[in-house]
Amino acid sequence: MTARSPLGSARGLGSARTGVQQWWLQRVTALALVPLCLWLGVSLIGLTGADHARFSAWVAQPLHAIALLLTLGTAFYHFKIGVDEVIEDYVHAEAAKLGARIANTFGVTIVAAASAFAVLKLAL
Amino acid sequence: MVAFTLPKNSKVARGRTHKAAAGAQRIKRFRVYRWDPDVGGNPTLDTFEVDLAACGPMVLDALNKIKDEIDATLTFRRSCREGVCGSCAMNVDGTNTLACLKPIDAIAGDVAVYPLPHLPVIKDLVGDMTQFFAQYASVEPWLNTDSAPPPSSERRQLPADRAKLDGLWECILCACCSTSCPSYWWNGDRFLGPATLLQAYRWIVDSRDEHTGDRLDYLEDPHRLYRCHTILNCTATCPKGLNPAKAIGEIKKLMVERRG
Repeated sequence: MTARSPLGSARGLGSARTGVQQWWLQRVTALALVPLCLWLGVSLIGLTGADHARFSAWVAQPLHAIALLLTLGTAFYHFKIGVDEVIEDYVHAEAAKLGARIANTFGVTIVAAASAFAVLKLAL
Repeated sequence: MVAFTLPKNSKVARGRTHKAAAGAQRIKRFRVYRWDPDVGGNPTLDTFEVDLAACGPMVLDALNKIKDEIDATLTFRRSCREGVCGSCAMNVDGTNTLACLKPIDAIAGDVAVYPLPHLPVIKDLVGDMTQFFAQYASVEPWLNTDSAPPPSSERRQLPADRAKLDGLWECILCACCSTSCPSYWWNGDRFLGPATLLQAYRWIVDSRDEHTGDRLDYLEDPHRLYRCHTILNCTATCPKGLNPAKAIGEIKKLMVERRG
């Protein structure tokens, strides 16, 4: 219950003047992921049955390593935005929402860093 | 707030059944949501048998017949009975629509009639629209200008600019779209919902308005605008055949366009 007027409640804390950046980046990363994922899928099919040595040699080629890093970076960033959206949709308690979003940022960053390290270790 | 099951006090119980009078020719059963604040308790689903041989063609005709001849306490909003006022918006046969525009013959089997989803129920089929209209007022749905109008004439608008308002001005604020939107169900306190956003766009795109930027500023918010995930329930349910999802998409495009 609140004694605030309906218009006051509707206006709330005002506009955050943000959101367009996240919305736009979600679409740009989605666009980038179309060719990147196609390339990755075709490449992985081509590597069916490869042993560790052949796979390492494939990753070690500069173009492959660069494309892999781009795919991972774009995918994880896209994933982070998506999970943030889900949290904003469904988590309403302020503390839980903040905690979930921070955990999302930390979690995605850690996994992304580990993935990049794995690629670089094979490539360099 | 997200709720995947009804709260305990909202679970719908079986209600009373009103049999048709003897001699009825074409009986159609209407299952109507009932809740009376003076009685309290859980809502019920009452069954009314209506003789279509002595009833108008639309769902609203049947509701009026029930109120006139069977149960005068049945409560619903209605006024124009021709799809212009937006009062009789309700959930008929699982879809939000105007009872006056919904032909009974288009519904197979029993006709389920509920209030618009996710609005606080005041009584029977009447939902509380307070927040909905406050959100509409918050986008300042009127011409906002600083320049004085030309002396002794109206503000002029090119036919091409006037055409941009088609598909927007027809909105009658019945709230069918907003109350069909999951984002509005979960975040209706902050997300403005399709009806209000369509109305906001109607003024954003009006060539005579001089506060386009302020209007976009007001909407540029993760909740007010960007809870829309293009689910398209709004467009699917609009009884006037409008496309609120497209209007929201146009607002999002303008947001990107003005960044540079």
